[in-house]
Amino acid sequence: MDFLLSFLVGGVICVIGQLMMDLTSFRVTPAHVLVSFVTAGAFISGFGVYDKLVELAGTGATLPLTGFGHLLTQGAIEGFKQKGILGLLGGGITNTATGISVAVVAGYIIALFFKPKG
Amino acid sequence: MAIDKNEYQKTVEKIKPRPPVLKNCVLAFLMGGFVCFLGEVLFHFLRGYGLSEKDSYTVVSVVFILISAVLTGTGIYDDLVRIFGAGLIVPITGFANSMVSPALEHKQEGLVLGVGAKLFTVAGPVVIYGILSSLIVAIILRGLGKL
Repeated sequence: MDFLLSFLVGGVICVIGQLMMDLTSFRVTPAHVLVSFVTAGAFISGFGVYDKLVELAGTGATLPLTGFGHLLTQGAIEGFKQKGILGLLGGGITNTATGISVAVVAGYIIALFFKPKG
Repeated sequence: MAIDKNEYQKTVEKIKPRPPVLKNCVLAFLMGGFVCFLGEVLFHFLRGYGLSEKDSYTVVSVVFILISAVLTGTGIYDDLVRIFGAGLIVPITGFANSMVSPALEHKQEGLVLGVGAKLFTVAGPVVIYGILSSLIVAIILRGLGKL
């Protein structure tokens, strides 16, 4: 059941991104989609809705980039509870730091050692 | 023949091929769902090893970022994106791809302005808008007395 829900929710979130690119008349690039999803995730998370979605769909909610926004908001909220303003400002990045660092290191190494296509 | 800009825009809109929306959505759904399904499999595996829920989600994201980076380096990921669209853009693998792909493409511009800068061509805006929104949300919650 966990697997099916993850598949369904993850799939539906991706379809929303596809519709954004296909149905809007102005040029929506992948960058716009990613920025919109992070922003949307951050806001939805504030209402406590995204936590429930993660409980329901697991990686179906954490892997789409809305999950990144969710981590930022939850980090800011938790940080504020623990350390006030300093926690508010640092919590989001702290919560997402592992992913960003890994992407930077992996991206850097790949960019150095692989040849660009074409 | 002189035509004004609006007229031209309208004509372009008319002639421009319409994207096969339904087909694109089905492909995005299947691939996006499949990526998340694979993540769920790995998640359950990690939980079985006694990792906490939070750590398991983090490790799944890390593994997927690494896989995506390698697939982007070999050029496979970008080929797959052309087929599956948002199904491979929206997941965190798409985020990793958006970092590696421009960095690789512009590497001849140097280690600072090429690789260094282009790693954050898309990740930069994502992080910027992510941080801004999360802070706004937290401040709104504080204002509402919910934090």
